[in-house]
Amino acid sequence: MSKPDKNAWSSQLFNDLIEGGVSLFTYVPDSGNARLIEIANSSNQAQTVLLTSEEEGVAVCAGADLVGKRGILCMQSSGVGNCPNFLSLVKGGRFPVLMMVSMRGDYGEQNPWQYPMGQAVEPILHALGVLTFRVETPDDLKPATDAALAAAFSGGHGAAFILSQKFLGAKPFPKAAPAPKTQ
Amino acid sequence: MTAPTPIPTLDRRDVLAVLFPKPDDTLFISGLAGSARDTAGLTGDGANLFTMAGTMGAAVPMGLGLALSAPKAQVAVITGDGEMLMNVGALATVATMAPKNLSIVCIDNGCHGETGGQPGHTAMNTDLALMAKGAGLASVMTANTADDLAAGAKFLIEAAAPRLLVVRVTDGPPTAFVRNLDPAECRLRFRQATLGGG
Repeated sequence: MSKPDKNAWSSQLFNDLIEGGVSLFTYVPDSGNARLIEIANSSNQAQTVLLTSEEEGVAVCAGADLVGKRGILCMQSSGVGNCPNFLSLVKGGRFPVLMMVSMRGDYGEQNPWQYPMGQAVEPILHALGVLTFRVETPDDLKPATDAALAAAFSGGHGAAFILSQKFLGAKPFPKAAPAPKTQ
Repeated sequence: MTAPTPIPTLDRRDVLAVLFPKPDDTLFISGLAGSARDTAGLTGDGANLFTMAGTMGAAVPMGLGLALSAPKAQVAVITGDGEMLMNVGALATVATMAPKNLSIVCIDNGCHGETGGQPGHTAMNTDLALMAKGAGLASVMTANTADDLAAGAKFLIEAAAPRLLVVRVTDGPPTAFVRNLDPAECRLRFRQATLGGG
């Protein structure tokens, strides 16, 4: 299966999010959200917020919610590990925080550092009461986005749609040299 | 060598009333513990205030999200030195977004008052005002005395935003005020006051 066209799905996703009332795009840069954020930057319907750490995005979105604005936190899977304490705002305060997680450490990952956090993404989110909707194929994207929008802004939940590496394609790494012989 | 840091003399319980003589005109976010009690005391735990009792480090980014989303309102974050240091990168995010309606007041008692007064970094070598300058905030001021505090009230109105006022205080107790600790109720209260609905 060929990789879905990033320009096309990012445009479709942006339009769905705007239609869902999302105007504040908070993010830590990742290859999986790069095009979406470029599109948001060039739109007069969206404002982007570059974060230093993903947990900030949870709080920025919660602050926006206090006056009825809708935000999204876009991050790589490793960033989910920076968020749990701030997700108390979601579980305890019923702030409807919406997240887009672009995965590392699942299908086809070649960097061993990515697996521990990648495999912990959903257990961590579920422990904090965040619902997750996985995107494995291009056909999954719109239903998962719409489900997450509904769960967050109608259901009053934290909600994340998760772009798997099956959908995004695994990051290519140069072929490793043969492992040195050890004692 | 830098000049010796003055020994703090201000009582934190007196600070916010000087800085915000008309608290109804501002939307407040406060960090947990002492700063939450002081701010709840200032506003009578009003609907224009969202206080935290957890999520240490969330006050500045939450205030940023509010300021960006309510550009016609004046937004103030009231926080402490430990709370702000826990997520100090948020100052860079604030500086980049540069909202014209955001003030941050850091009540710096140099210790973790809520957990027994254990010394914090600002009692050692750390200067939060310099860190905020380095992050790129438009205006930064430190208040050590009652005269500084009066100047600080002016600073919060007149200095270019986003602005940070660090108020160095003694390590005494915060305002004795029992506030609503239910974050879901406080969220709805705030939204009803600003939006007229749930």
